[in-house]
Amino acid sequence: MALSVELGDEISQEINTRVRALEFLIQAKGVAGVVETVPSFRSLLVYYDPSLTDFDGLTAALGGLAEQTSTAVLPPARQVELPCCYDPEFGLDLLAAAERLAMSPDELVRAHAGAEYLVYFVGFTPGLPYMAGVPERIRLPRLETPRVKVPAGSVGLGGSQFCIYSVESPGGYWLLGRTPAPLYDPRAEEPTLLRPGDRVRMRPIDRAEYDAIATRVAARAWRPSVT
Amino acid sequence: MIRIVEPGPQTTVQDLGRFGRLRYGIPPSGPMDVRAFVIANRLVGNPDGAAALECTLLGPRFTVEVPCAIAVTGADAPVSVNGVSAESWATLVLSPGDVVRIGAARAGLRLYLAFSGGLDVPPVLGSRATYLRGRLGGLEGRSLKRDDVLRLFAAALPSARTLPRAQIPTIDSEPEIRVVLGPEAERFSEAGIAAFLSGTYEMLPQSDRMGARLAGPRIAHTRGHDIISDGIALGSIQVPGDGQPIVLLVDRQSTGGYTKIATVGSFDIARVGQVKPGQRLRFRAVDIPEAHRLRRAWEASVAAAAGGPVAAAPAA
Repeated sequence: MALSVELGDEISQEINTRVRALEFLIQAKGVAGVVETVPSFRSLLVYYDPSLTDFDGLTAALGGLAEQTSTAVLPPARQVELPCCYDPEFGLDLLAAAERLAMSPDELVRAHAGAEYLVYFVGFTPGLPYMAGVPERIRLPRLETPRVKVPAGSVGLGGSQFCIYSVESPGGYWLLGRTPAPLYDPRAEEPTLLRPGDRVRMRPIDRAEYDAIATRVAARAWRPSVT
Repeated sequence: MIRIVEPGPQTTVQDLGRFGRLRYGIPPSGPMDVRAFVIANRLVGNPDGAAALECTLLGPRFTVEVPCAIAVTGADAPVSVNGVSAESWATLVLSPGDVVRIGAARAGLRLYLAFSGGLDVPPVLGSRATYLRGRLGGLEGRSLKRDDVLRLFAAALPSARTLPRAQIPTIDSEPEIRVVLGPEAERFSEAGIAAFLSGTYEMLPQSDRMGARLAGPRIAHTRGHDIISDGIALGSIQVPGDGQPIVLLVDRQSTGGYTKIATVGSFDIARVGQVKPGQRLRFRAVDIPEAHRLRRAWEASVAAAAGGPVAAAPAA
């Protein structure tokens, strides 16, 4: 069984930080009966075993922890650097996005790669990060017609959100480029790369470096920088 | 060893599931019908969580190359050993060279096939369950195909027994599925909720282990069908803009952005999973205390049929 703890009704770093703080407090204090948690923008889904806890006791315990989320100190975030090739061959919407934003493609790449992004949560498909931190001047509404197939590794912008498609799937974000980093590798001991709370930066690479990294990824001989 | 001659349309290795990874977008997987799965394992003397097969609509044909015992549970389907009809919900002791065939489900959709010792496939993230969309677990993350060979862990042959008829779950032709309304029930009109609770909904063929897509009376929203994406529970019922419900199941996406009108109780997930495409189901609302009572009653019924408390019933 599961219950959802809602900590707000908007997408903001402040509310999402409280969601991740609640998850951290549950892990740190070991709330009886909780078996699994799923953070998202503004709420935490809490799976529980009803034979180990009762609904009223659990909601009281979670309510108490929710009150501590504004002051809780989270462990330091991981810094992750992901290489990204912004060639229009991968960034299918790069030129159109730049035109719409009235800037050059190079300016758009510099703005995108110059920002640091916060992973709000990982979900929908395995290893897909929903990230905040898109600079105001490069925000665009989502595509009017979503693509039926977006290749894995595609780097996309939609409104204030930035995501990287972890597996091939449909998608409605503006595609700026592609990372060879494996966000999801079912053969790896840890199949998913990113975690909620990670800080992510993109490092522009050319096509030759993309191919070189992709070859090493296929041989399972490459991992991105995580500090 | 087990050699697959005909795999059936979708036969996967499952155990009780892979827990603790939804926060990375990896669903639990595991059997759609936990009770049938556990009983199959118990009938062959296995722990409840031993890896076994889940078959969809039509079971496999296979030969066994070692002495072993099997049990077939779940949907009602013909079983034969060397062409001779055999029982479901019973231990079948086999000899090397025996050919087993499990036919098309007459009632229900999902069959379970357990082997003594359990299937020897490598655990991935602590589980042998197959997650097809993620190509994870089971046999190379995929459904079985012709000429696959499955190894069994060594185990003593169990004593044969047959589940008493009274303990075999009935498969309703139009089951009433118990739900708790919410978390976004207020986003639907009164007429929309009334339609949801009074209508009958047909299982669509594109349904799978990720979600049951249903068609029936339109469920009207009051204001928009999008929410800020949040976590999806086992049994969450999303209603997108077309007003048709989707029940999210064991291979579900971890988060989603459509309004959720209600959640199917974990005790009724199997009953959703046993509805064939083209058949119908109905929904009935219960409150949370009632849902907890139904959950305890379900656990007790599984324990009674299995011959003892279920050690590792998934908490979801």
